[in-house]
Amino acid sequence: MSGGLYLNVAVSGLLTGLIYGLSALGLSVIFGVIRIVNFAHGEMMVLGMFATLVLFRALGIDPLLSLPLVAAALFAFGYLLQDLVVRRVAHLADHMQFLLMASIAVMLISVCLMLFGPDAQNAQVSYGFDSFAIGPLLVDKVRVYAGAAALVVSGLLFAFFHYTPTGKAIRACGDNYTGALVVGLNVRRLYALTFGIGTACLGAAGAIMLLLVDVHPYLGPSYTLLAFIIVIIGGMGSLPGALLGGILIGVSEALAGVILQPSLKSAFSFGLLILVLLVRPQGLLGKVAR
Amino acid sequence: MLEVEDLSVFYGDAQALDGVSLSIEQGEIVAIVGANGAGKTSLIRTIGGMHRPTKGKIRFKGVDITGWPSYRVCDLGVGQVAEGRQIFPNMSVLENLEMGAMLPRARKLKARNLEHIYGLFPRLKERASQFAGTLSGGEQQMLAIGRCLMGAPELVMFDEPSLGLAPAIVQNMLAIIRTLNQDGLTCMLVEQNVAVSLRLARHGYVLENGRIMLKGGGEELLADDRVRQAYLGL
Repeated sequence: MSGGLYLNVAVSGLLTGLIYGLSALGLSVIFGVIRIVNFAHGEMMVLGMFATLVLFRALGIDPLLSLPLVAAALFAFGYLLQDLVVRRVAHLADHMQFLLMASIAVMLISVCLMLFGPDAQNAQVSYGFDSFAIGPLLVDKVRVYAGAAALVVSGLLFAFFHYTPTGKAIRACGDNYTGALVVGLNVRRLYALTFGIGTACLGAAGAIMLLLVDVHPYLGPSYTLLAFIIVIIGGMGSLPGALLGGILIGVSEALAGVILQPSLKSAFSFGLLILVLLVRPQGLLGKVAR
Repeated sequence: MLEVEDLSVFYGDAQALDGVSLSIEQGEIVAIVGANGAGKTSLIRTIGGMHRPTKGKIRFKGVDITGWPSYRVCDLGVGQVAEGRQIFPNMSVLENLEMGAMLPRARKLKARNLEHIYGLFPRLKERASQFAGTLSGGEQQMLAIGRCLMGAPELVMFDEPSLGLAPAIVQNMLAIIRTLNQDGLTCMLVEQNVAVSLRLARHGYVLENGRIMLKGGGEELLADDRVRQAYLGL
């Protein structure tokens, strides 16, 4: 095997990792601010994938163009879910919150099964088999577009949280809940916005992911697990951490597939997770809990 | 300006306030003193809209604000400098101050208020880009006061502003409260530090086990035997 192969695989893993990272951002934003762990994470992403598929099949819209639409729809879904449902369990014990989110996950799977059936389906775009060649590097066009889109959406998200008043107010809620109440922030509305933004990330990640994989209703749990691994590796609640974790997992999965065996991909991710938990339990970019 | 009438508050089964009535006139400093657990913080949190009373009425500038959420209470002009400062440790000093000006009433005044606060606390200007969590206790207290003032409040409730600060800094803090009051800010000062706060205030209330046990002029309360015995150890 040549060095070119490894480079190709690593680049392709990096691009996939960016999408993983965007998806993990959705989990991290919600946990970092509202302190709710979204156990329906993967299912919501699958919902985004199916929404993208419907737009592609019915109207012929390219997944990357339907990304804003799907993100907006998932934003509305998350906003209402937080404000109408999740908010009411916030004062209950953690396991009650888990039960709620897990049951939402089951419901989403069932809805997808009823609407779309159990079979794997995909969106076959016209440029699906094209690739870019740069020197020894040969990368799928879709993967480049997908990685770039994930990077753009993540960048927008960082800009939102650091430069807009609403984004800063959301960070303030996550930093000190009582403080946010004291200065007169509308915490209830900001929480709903946060959940909406978190699920919008999943909508965006789902739309992008449909370029690379076939979607079926049972895809959700594996994405939930993957996002957990990424967020724990990167650091719970840290946005750059989520992106970094995503890239690490993407690259290491891809390389493990070539160097070891494709079936050892997940073992490698979990190995990385265990290593991080042993050496740096707060995650690579996480802060030590005070 | 602020009238509290027969206020009762429960946390679960525990009663924190029991029929508390008090009033604050525009432009004065009112001290609420009492031991730990007397209900001082509950009083502030309830007036500030962070906790619902089970009974009683709260009126501010003639408006019944009982049961309003905190962001509406703040937007009417009730600010608080909370116990434990409650700053945003992982945000910059400037961002902390900006958060104080998110209220609709304060947005337009943001630039002017920021300049005013930097004038009052030059230290905050020096450290504007630093994370608030890295500030010293005294600086964090300045930040908490500055952040509150960014909201252009008409009444500020100070919850234990002297707690955990060195004596010199406490004097500094009290001087600032006096200055703000002279500039027209109505202040409600809640303190365990009875001697200091009663000396500063025109009126005072003594809170014990959730009830108002005594009220009167500041000097008058300081001279009261019960206060001297229970709180000053004289």
